[in-house]
Amino acid sequence: MSSPITAIQSTVHGASRWLIPASVVALLLAVLGGVMIGPAGPAWWRVPLELLNRLPLISIDSGMTSMEWAIIWQIRAPRVVLAAIVGSTLSIAGASYQGVFRNPLVDPYLLGVAAGAGLGATIVITVNRSGSSDWIIDPLPLAAFLGGLLAVLATYLVGSSVKNDRSSISLVLAGVAVTSLATAMQTFLLQRNSDVVRQVYSWILGRLSTATWGDVRLVIPYVLVSTVALLMHRRLLDVLRVGDEEATALGVDVSRVRLIVVISATLGTAAVVAVSGLIGFVGIIVPHAIRLVVGSSYRIVLPMSLLLGAVFLIVADIPGRILDNPAETPIGVVTAFLGAPFFLLILRTRQTQR
Amino acid sequence: MTSLAFENVSVQYDGRTAVHGFTDTIKPGEWLCIIGPNGAGKSSLLRAITGVTPHGGRILVDGSPLTARSSRRRAQLIAYVPQSPVLPSGMTGAEYVLLGRNPFVTHFGHESALDHSMVNDVISRLDLADLAQRDVDTLSGGERQRLVIARAIAQEAPILLLDEPTSALDIGHQQQALELVDKLRREHGLTVVSAMHDLTLAGIYSDRLALMHAGHRVAHGPAEDVLRAETLGEFYGVSVRVHREDDGTIVVVPNRTALR
Repeated sequence: MSSPITAIQSTVHGASRWLIPASVVALLLAVLGGVMIGPAGPAWWRVPLELLNRLPLISIDSGMTSMEWAIIWQIRAPRVVLAAIVGSTLSIAGASYQGVFRNPLVDPYLLGVAAGAGLGATIVITVNRSGSSDWIIDPLPLAAFLGGLLAVLATYLVGSSVKNDRSSISLVLAGVAVTSLATAMQTFLLQRNSDVVRQVYSWILGRLSTATWGDVRLVIPYVLVSTVALLMHRRLLDVLRVGDEEATALGVDVSRVRLIVVISATLGTAAVVAVSGLIGFVGIIVPHAIRLVVGSSYRIVLPMSLLLGAVFLIVADIPGRILDNPAETPIGVVTAFLGAPFFLLILRTRQTQR
Repeated sequence: MTSLAFENVSVQYDGRTAVHGFTDTIKPGEWLCIIGPNGAGKSSLLRAITGVTPHGGRILVDGSPLTARSSRRRAQLIAYVPQSPVLPSGMTGAEYVLLGRNPFVTHFGHESALDHSMVNDVISRLDLADLAQRDVDTLSGGERQRLVIARAIAQEAPILLLDEPTSALDIGHQQQALELVDKLRREHGLTVVSAMHDLTLAGIYSDRLALMHAGHRVAHGPAEDVLRAETLGEFYGVSVRVHREDDGTIVVVPNRTALR
């Protein structure tokens, strides 16, 4: 029998020894697949050759025209990168929310960020229905971002105003209330402006199809701050698993940790929702699937969510491009279609193992 | 060794006072056992010491007030075994004991090799190697209790608080758990405060008893002074006989009153 110290290291560090590199390889493969597959553009096999050609000191003739390269670099590449960012952010934010609320069923939209962002987007689409471009910056992602942040702020102010609350229940309930309120306001606006319903709906269902490098640049700062902050709290999320009371007795300032984690996760979520719309399922499915395979320690769940969330959304984005070409199946629909059976499969295999 | 003093400590929940002006001084290395009926304020007092519940008055550790310390510093001084501890499913025994090292790890930091070897040491000293790699979900009540005590010991705090440490255990495991605490107390000079329901065990293991009733400390002193039939009858509303064994052990036996 090995000593207990190796027991800790084998579950926390040893497992990640091959899981993390394997996930990185999966991510690279997903990125490659994502830039190779699409309705228009060059034959798929030319893409890896051209990518090699673009590396320094290597010269291969892939036979790709500059027009075809533009499809790869200006259309597919930003879409794949954005899918990776959105998928990883929603997954790590979901896992972190599940950690601070000690509930495996919560998603990153728990405290109203999605509804707030939806309301913000609806307001902008309604006011700016002509789509006039006399704005200096695109107001849609900005309004969605601010709407999401304001909704969570409202939730926090309402939820923490409850006196003598020793749990996070009032915060969750406040999130439900704020979500309902924002959704009601959105419905009211849509009813008065039924001509924009379609536009709002396509935003809500999620979109990666119009991704540009500009979108990527827009979200990167928020997503980086959010991800780094969350990763730095992965050990404390493990301590919180014993509950608020015992974590307090173990020296954790629980409300401070919860606040920092919620702010970080919300910042990242609001940023990606602003550019991609509401892509459901990712924040629950990915951390859950990871837990079923590698266990529930956040030290491994958080980094794995980051990597596999990216893989999941890149892969989920591929069928939408080719299924009913030239129309696009919304990514939110694809994640639900892929996610639910995938989750059931993992649950089943897990049960038969036991 | 570390002393623990209470000056007029009170605890309130939603305007209801659970502890009224509790004053006591626990000497370094002493084991104080708090007894009293359900709802007397025993757990509230312990929770106030851990900082889980805010309190009025002052709780002093070696003469300086607890509220002046950060939660991390407080956890370095006080380890707490709660009444119904949460053992997160999917965690191994060793990972669980490692949680006890949290007060020594900085906010963004990770456990050092020293922390890991501390845990390793505690696990082998408490003879828990068999549990180290098992999922805590698969453990029995007695095994879980030993693991929770191991976590508290890994915390290396000079003050150990135990809330009903034996209420879920059979008589053999009760003795085992209390013997373990007693042994660790002697080895490390721990100051122990426990809340207990079993009055006989409370008398056997503690140096001194404090009887609480409706938030007030109504009696305190050695077992033979507190465990009196008339005192217990008054505050627990029970009819008991109290025996004194030749070795000084006080045994509390309930009287069967009906149909006799």
